[in-house]
Amino acid sequence: MSRAPSAGPRRGSSTRRRVVTAGVAIVAATSLAACAQSQREAGGGGEGGTLTFGAAGAPDLFDPFYASDGETFRVTRQIMEGLVGFKPGSSDVQPELAESWEHSPDGKTWTFKLRQGVKFHDGTDFNGEAVCKNFQRMFSQTGAGQNNALSYYWIENFGGFADGKTPSLYQACDAPDAATAVVHLTRASSKFPDILGLPSFSMQSPTAMDQYQANNVQAQGDSFVYPEYAKAHPTGTGPFKFASYDESNGTIKLARNEEYWGEKAKLNELIFRIIPDETVRKQELESGAIDGYDYPNAADLKALRDAGNNVQVRDPFNIMYLGITQKNNPALQNLKVRQALAYAVDRETLVKSNMPEGASVATQFYPKTVDGYAEDVQQYPHDPAKAKQLLAEAGMPNVTLNFYWPTEVTRPYMPDPQGIYNALAEDLREAGFTINPVSKPWNGGYIDDVDNAKADIFLLGWTGDYNTPDNFIGTFFGTPTNRFYTAASPWGEELAAQLKAADGEPDEAKRNQMYQDMNRKLMSEYLPAVPLSHSPPAIVTSPRVHGLQTSPLTAEEFASVSVSEK
Amino acid sequence: MLRFTIRRLAQLALVVVVLSMLLFAWLRMLPGGPVSALLGDRATPEARARLEADLGLDQPIFVQYWRFLGRAITGDFGTSTGVQRGSPALEVFLTRFPATLELSILALLLAVVVGIPLGYLAARKRGSWLDNVSITWSLIGVAVPVFFLAFLLKFVFAIQLGALPASGRQDVGLNATRVTGFYILDGLLTREFDAAWNSFVHLILPAIALSTIPFAVIFRITRAAVLDVMDEDYVRTARAKGLTGMVIRRRHILHNAMLPVVTTIGLQTGALLAGAVLTERVFNIAGVGQAVAIGFQRKDFPVLQVVILASAMVYVLVNLIVDLSYALIDPRLRTR
Repeated sequence: MSRAPSAGPRRGSSTRRRVVTAGVAIVAATSLAACAQSQREAGGGGEGGTLTFGAAGAPDLFDPFYASDGETFRVTRQIMEGLVGFKPGSSDVQPELAESWEHSPDGKTWTFKLRQGVKFHDGTDFNGEAVCKNFQRMFSQTGAGQNNALSYYWIENFGGFADGKTPSLYQACDAPDAATAVVHLTRASSKFPDILGLPSFSMQSPTAMDQYQANNVQAQGDSFVYPEYAKAHPTGTGPFKFASYDESNGTIKLARNEEYWGEKAKLNELIFRIIPDETVRKQELESGAIDGYDYPNAADLKALRDAGNNVQVRDPFNIMYLGITQKNNPALQNLKVRQALAYAVDRETLVKSNMPEGASVATQFYPKTVDGYAEDVQQYPHDPAKAKQLLAEAGMPNVTLNFYWPTEVTRPYMPDPQGIYNALAEDLREAGFTINPVSKPWNGGYIDDVDNAKADIFLLGWTGDYNTPDNFIGTFFGTPTNRFYTAASPWGEELAAQLKAADGEPDEAKRNQMYQDMNRKLMSEYLPAVPLSHSPPAIVTSPRVHGLQTSPLTAEEFASVSVSEK
Repeated sequence: MLRFTIRRLAQLALVVVVLSMLLFAWLRMLPGGPVSALLGDRATPEARARLEADLGLDQPIFVQYWRFLGRAITGDFGTSTGVQRGSPALEVFLTRFPATLELSILALLLAVVVGIPLGYLAARKRGSWLDNVSITWSLIGVAVPVFFLAFLLKFVFAIQLGALPASGRQDVGLNATRVTGFYILDGLLTREFDAAWNSFVHLILPAIALSTIPFAVIFRITRAAVLDVMDEDYVRTARAKGLTGMVIRRRHILHNAMLPVVTTIGLQTGALLAGAVLTERVFNIAGVGQAVAIGFQRKDFPVLQVVILASAMVYVLVNLIVDLSYALIDPRLRTR
């Protein structure tokens, strides 16, 4: 066939041009393909199988020391361990990387006997020296590393750093031998050693931290820049190892640590898929793409159960309160007015109609499982008549309050802010208060205003980090000029001082006595806010997931979890 | 032509600078901010002050803007505070942009491939059942909110029938190799064809959901344009001249009706970017739209700035291309 010549010169050149173009395209494509070799490894499968869990957000980073968000801890908790841990299913401390510990009578010197034969994921030894290097690393942060948004838990629990600008609870660490680490404190603290169970104070490989410059955080522009270590090389001793983070597909993969010192993880692979939308998480579970997710909507629990899923409700470890700011409204500096608020709110009904299953009325500022809980605090049953009477006695029958409540948010302790506001506002009006509602988006002015003490009363709460009273009431009332502004009352400074004294009491029995006394006073003489409820967050898994032990600290570990075939 | 292009590119630069100023000021005027987003219910007055100082948020706004400009010139657009904390904002955008582009291209393709022929047919058979059904369909397309349609599609095809994936970009277990970030392209390049197919399957429902509004608009404009042109004198003349119906339809009607349609397609890219915010949320696609949603929630100024500026640039560029393509469609415009 000779069609091209007969088609004439013009057409021929055009065809040739097209052929050349096509050729170039093919060469370009193949060369691109050549440099884009498949790097696929045979993943997944194997004995033990894979579990995919729906996470609510992207972790900030993978170095827990610089983190304070639950999604980071959810991941690092599987990779890293602390000197102490928490008993499965409770908030009680138990040995983890330290087998035992003892402290001097003044509570300032703590000697930890370390577990032997433990190795970090990079193959280096876990020993006394590694423990001290970890403490030294946390203590000697500089620059951006000292910022509250990064080393929040250190500042909150240990105070200052090596530069000595602010006093620190931590003083020094020495390792007399490989199996021992001695931590010296500047004073006794009720929080020690419980705080060492916090994910932030996990033991990380000093070698890996050096290699990937773990301390190299910098404030740059409007934010912080993290080092390589925090982004891709977290190295601990835990039952899972960090494998990869695929940002564009929103997945974090962990692989079983075959050299784990304890009972090895049952799963071969643990995957966290980031699914910010709660409804989407539910649908993904329904379609079988994920095996579980956290914080299911309280309204979905029944449907999830009916579909055969396993819905577990944790023990409550949080508190929601009706906050009172004493700064702006002089009426609120009067105890009788604050007590009237407490009598006015119907907490029984609130818990029944606005809170998820397992929720309970709060009689004081932390749940029963925390030390120093007092059974015999003053009670405030729902009693509008009594509230009115108290207001009359105070000589202020017509109190007007700016009631702040947040929109665009749900917190584990506050599932439905609007519903809660409506119920409480109705109760308060019934008792004779005039309510002036102020609603703002959580990140759109609410937190700002409440923290800057602009409200009269407001809705807020707290989820505990570990099992000590100081973590609750110390955080709330340890600073008299914060959102409660207790400085406006004569007892504000005194309360802060009492909290400090109790925290520094090394004798446990004595300390608990002090906290009990304080809880009684908080509910009778002080009443700086009205405790409302404890509401336990739930976690849901598909029927193929077995052995997930929930934790009141929402600190679930997946090492004990197994999956059956689909 | 060249001068026209240069002039338009200069306009683009101006648009970006003015928009960056407005955006910068506007974001910072919104209540709340990165500080409360970062500290949340754990904030104390001291911690807030410290953080504001470290992030430079205590400076006057024009000082902040000047600093931003200085860094932006060197390619540093700041670091994400909320979407992907600690990653450069530009990197956050570049990691996520392929997902959005993939989705948008597919959605637009769907809208064009269905919308134009249907619009043309509806116009030719004006008043027929086809015309009426398509008009109703396009009305529903505009009227039904994207998220509702997305939920509906998902409920039926992903959850009830299990035929298509409910969300995400690719099955996790595939361990696919990443090259460009465009998953379908990556799968083809690395010959991991199952991965390419898997990504495509993941895109079907979101692309349908996202395409409804552009489809409806393109359909309607095509129909109206074709109806207009059909009544033009030159079509009557052509017919009188004895040209065949085929030639008239292709050369005189379709060709001339394309001008408003192409303009519309350009304008619809803006709608696609806006629609991506909802679609990506419902289908959990880690794209630019999701970054905007999370960025607003957590007041991630650097990421919002990059994403919104880049989207504006894409929008302007697409419309520039549309304007240039007029010349191809209408030779009279070439001489101007």
